Amino acid sequence: MSTSTPTAAQVPVGTAPAVPASTAAKKGLTNRWASAVALIVAVVWTIPTFGLLISSFRPEADVKSNGWWNFFTDPSLTLQNYRDVLSGGSTGESLTTNLINTIVITVPAVLIPISLATLAAYAFAWIDFKGRDTLFVAVFALQIVPIQVTLVPLLQLYVDPPFNLMPLAGRDAPAGGLYELWLSHTIFALPLAIFLLHNFMREIPGELIESARVDGAGHVAIFTRIMLPLMMPAIAAFGIFQFLWVWNDLLVALVFSSPQVSPMTVKLVSLVGQRGEDWQLLASGAFVSLAIPLIVFLALQRYFVRGLLAGSVKG
Amino acid sequence: MTTSDKFVHMAIAVLLFYGVMAGILLLTQRLRSRRGERVQAAAFLGPSLLLIGVGLLYPAGVTIYQSLFGAATFDPPFVGLDNYADLFTNSQQLTVLRNTLLWVLLTPTISTVIGLVYAVLVDRAAFEKFAKALLFLPMAISMVGASIIWKFVYDYKSGDSTQIGLLNQILTWLGIDTYNFLLEPPWNTLFLIVILIWVQAGFAMTILSASIKGIPEEMTEAARLDGVGAWQMFRHITVPSIRPSLIVVLTTITIATLKVFDIVQTATGGNFDTSVLAYEFYRQNFVAGNQGLSATIAVVIFILVIPIVVYNIRQMRKLEAR
Repeated sequence: MSTSTPTAAQVPVGTAPAVPASTAAKKGLTNRWASAVALIVAVVWTIPTFGLLISSFRPEADVKSNGWWNFFTDPSLTLQNYRDVLSGGSTGESLTTNLINTIVITVPAVLIPISLATLAAYAFAWIDFKGRDTLFVAVFALQIVPIQVTLVPLLQLYVDPPFNLMPLAGRDAPAGGLYELWLSHTIFALPLAIFLLHNFMREIPGELIESARVDGAGHVAIFTRIMLPLMMPAIAAFGIFQFLWVWNDLLVALVFSSPQVSPMTVKLVSLVGQRGEDWQLLASGAFVSLAIPLIVFLALQRYFVRGLLAGSVKG
Repeated sequence: MTTSDKFVHMAIAVLLFYGVMAGILLLTQRLRSRRGERVQAAAFLGPSLLLIGVGLLYPAGVTIYQSLFGAATFDPPFVGLDNYADLFTNSQQLTVLRNTLLWVLLTPTISTVIGLVYAVLVDRAAFEKFAKALLFLPMAISMVGASIIWKFVYDYKSGDSTQIGLLNQILTWLGIDTYNFLLEPPWNTLFLIVILIWVQAGFAMTILSASIKGIPEEMTEAARLDGVGAWQMFRHITVPSIRPSLIVVLTTITIATLKVFDIVQTATGGNFDTSVLAYEFYRQNFVAGNQGLSATIAVVIFILVIPIVVYNIRQMRKLEAR
């Protein structure tokens, strides 16, 4: 990095590639405007969430009578809203059950489709069989099916399955209908998951597979010993996608979940409807539901961006 | 059902599933022959294909069939294409279509423009990572959460009472009359659209930023040496170079917009003429009890999505081929 201009010298080394001093100086001018505009956008984008965060810590009387910005002139904080919303408190609206439901719904709904899709993607990528390409295109094409088209008949199948199978929905459903939620999320995730993981698998050099085969390894051994370890970043990428999708889902939960297993999103919507004036509960409740995906997202951002790019702009 | 019950069921489901998976792998691992490979392929693909067939293909067929029937819980009458005609003539449904059109026209374009401009502005800035994180944080937030966040922005208190909503407070500070943002159609739809733009701009920014970083250094350097200004660079180098990514972003957001349900459900409950196709699908089936019309709306969403997805996939192929 050139040190001939004092401004350039102040730029921390390693954040930007080396730029000739003249262009750096020219860039410096346009950069100031660029930074200003970017700053405005960033502030506008952040303020709504920031307002919710502040509101969630303000005492009920304050939240209901004036806006969160009054916090700066009249700061008073409380954890009462979180206590209320987690324990039920004075309002009897506890989100803890729903938080647990969300976790219980999400874990299998992420693990199962990823595992199934990894297996299927392997078969599509590395096992030769007749009609493979046609079948793959068919699965790939099914990504276009909007879930709205499938929800109602799927619900009917759960309530009244053929061949005397056990109903997965309704009053006698096992685990209060959790199975239908896991199954539905799995079904809806599969086409995209298979497609994405297949793309990643095809990137692994064929010689690696060939030499393993020559050494006498079967598909199962190749899959478990070579493919799975190499695929971990891709699996993590899709895992985060699926995690966010299931955790944040409202429609599938509204259609399929019984009240005893309804997740946080469903509870929050009913809070908005029934206790729309209890702003302090809405704020703290919403923040409870945001916190975990935000943490996961920030911690695993790297994988997420990779997955996003693989899905839409590969290469 | 107690909390521990739920976790036990969860553990059972996961263990059962991995047991079956391990079984499949163990049973097929000895197979080597040509025919063995076919069995392996069937074992690897079977579970997924079965789920997709039963859970996607069959229900889609049933929905298309049901769209030809009228409203009644038992033995609904066959009405042919009446539901489709209804969708395009009934004034209430026409409002739904108009709203959907507004969503689909505005959300992808504005999100993409904001994402693109922002990506260019923060490209190679010292604070790039942090700046990007701010814009794409909303992507991790549920649309329900996002709608609640924006309720705090849009809230309106009538008369002279103190405003809780940020926008109305700003209007008050500026000495302008306060406004009930979510009440007056068709403007309320625009304010709902803002919420989705807020969510999707980060997605556009992330994809486009990666694409911008893929533009060959020599190209931008050569242009710079020729004395090309910032705007010219943006117009003649950046945008054409990332055109395929732009199209992928636009189409992807369009598809997501066509399926938007949560925002309408949370922010207005579909009231005040804010309903859109994906919301109306839910309302007709689970609130109004008109299964036929609901199925029709689902099919219409399906039909609308098809060309966009095909175009999206074609562009992705082009990107891959590079």
